[in-house]
Amino acid sequence: MTTSAATGTTTDQPPAPPRAGALHKAARRKKLVPYWLLFPGILWLLVFFAAPLVYQASTSLQTGSLEEGFEVTWHFATYWDALGEYYPQFLRSVAYAATATALCLALGYPLAYLIAFKAGRWRNLLMVLVIAPFFTSFLIRTLAWKTILSDGGPVVSTLGSLHVLGLTDALGLTEGHRLLATPLAVVCGLTYNFLPFMILPLYSSLERIDSRLHEAAGDLYARPLTTFRKVTFPLSMPGVVAGTLLTFIPAAGDYINAELLGSTDQKMIGNVIQSQFLRVLDYPTAAALSFILMAAILAVVTVYIRKSGTEEVV
Amino acid sequence: MALLSALGRRLRRNLVVIAGLCTLAYLILPNVVVTVFSFNKPNGRFNYEWQRFSTDAWTDPCGVADLCGSLSLSLRIALWATVGATVLGTMIAFALARYRFRSRSAVSTLIFLPMAMPEVVMAASLATLFLNMGVSFGFWTILIAHVMFCLSFVVTAVKARVMSMDPRLEQAAQDLYATPLQTFTKVTLPIAAPGIAAGALLSFALSFDDFIITNFNAGSTVTFPMYVWGAAQRGTPVQINVIGTAMFLVAVLGVLGAQLVGGRRKRS
Repeated sequence: MTTSAATGTTTDQPPAPPRAGALHKAARRKKLVPYWLLFPGILWLLVFFAAPLVYQASTSLQTGSLEEGFEVTWHFATYWDALGEYYPQFLRSVAYAATATALCLALGYPLAYLIAFKAGRWRNLLMVLVIAPFFTSFLIRTLAWKTILSDGGPVVSTLGSLHVLGLTDALGLTEGHRLLATPLAVVCGLTYNFLPFMILPLYSSLERIDSRLHEAAGDLYARPLTTFRKVTFPLSMPGVVAGTLLTFIPAAGDYINAELLGSTDQKMIGNVIQSQFLRVLDYPTAAALSFILMAAILAVVTVYIRKSGTEEVV
Repeated sequence: MALLSALGRRLRRNLVVIAGLCTLAYLILPNVVVTVFSFNKPNGRFNYEWQRFSTDAWTDPCGVADLCGSLSLSLRIALWATVGATVLGTMIAFALARYRFRSRSAVSTLIFLPMAMPEVVMAASLATLFLNMGVSFGFWTILIAHVMFCLSFVVTAVKARVMSMDPRLEQAAQDLYATPLQTFTKVTLPIAAPGIAAGALLSFALSFDDFIITNFNAGSTVTFPMYVWGAAQRGTPVQINVIGTAMFLVAVLGVLGAQLVGGRRKRS
């Protein structure tokens, strides 16, 4: 402890020149501690996360075939070809993910609010019920939606008799009075699967709000809705932003919901990358597509963070 | 009429509660369906339509070829991935929470990026690297990938806990002539433990349930989520529902039990 003051481990400044030789040696050893702590983990991330991305970039500029091998030819056209061929899937991914995110916010906010302010002694149980789906296989739960939305199932017959399906058919959201293999089913699955990622950040920012602020608003004759609009919601903004990002990003890259609940008409960009990589074995196209996806998401996220004005989330 | 308007008023007052409970129902509904259909005896290969009640699958959960093999493989991978990510992640978290050093913000960015990137991008790029290095896909490539994406979550969980801890506690220990090692094992580690446990639990759940990254990096090795994925095409045995139900029960009971123990400790 005697040496840490001299080396200034609590500032970003380079250490002050040593005052004595012995001190200098101990101080240097002390200074290396964080690097030793970081070394294995960061090395892991550099080798298995960062380097693959660089490698992926070079793959996207290769041409060739599986038999003859691939070679970097700086063939940028792969990007244009991929974008030209698969832009419908890109647009669909963004549209589905954005819809699912909006639905998650609409559905998740009341539940997060309920747990944070109204649950009382039920709070822990509700929290468990929100988190528990994390621990059950989500593929199994997604398959369960096949049962729930099936043609002969209660949801379809109820919505059908209420003429809702006629309406959604007319809007192009469903087809032939069925729910499975429609955009509605895919969005329903996406919303369901990423809902906990919305609820948890919302809850943690709502929970931090001092309840006396609500009382103060009430004392100042604010109606409940006004209190929500002027006090609660603005204070929960960090949670809204974090939740939106945590939902939108994985939803845009997902291919499980589109595969299990949709048909070939609802393929998202994740499905294309998966089949290009694992079935067609066209690695350059798969690489280019994933870079376009990454860039698109980065752009959306940047604009969104700018607009929402909460930069401390990142 | 008076009754109706009174009812309307109550409804409006409890709108948040009603909406919240509806969302909760939406979250739980698939779990209910999975549980109910674990007692089904389907006619064909697919367990999507209710036929008749049966406990066959519960009495013989390993009755389908490869199912329990894939389950034990997933458990083993999740266990080792948790160990690896927790050790590496905790070390990074301590470095970030306790020390100021050059390239600190670069390290933070490197930790943040894997959480902010679509899984399919990470999955495809790691698989590209493995392919080009001529590594054969299997247990080790899956494990490497899982440690990679769990690491950031551990760092975030542990860092939050260590940051909120009072540094004076450690100074006090040192004032009482505790050696650095004693300070660490008797003071620092116990305080950081809940964060480490949360990170480990999250790692285990994420690794056990991961499909996308495993799909790209498993080769012909079949983990449990990959088994379910294949079953969605070939036929879904009822045993899948049994295992899904069991996992849900274990998770709920485990978390409730932990809260009970934690709550009692806090009170006493």
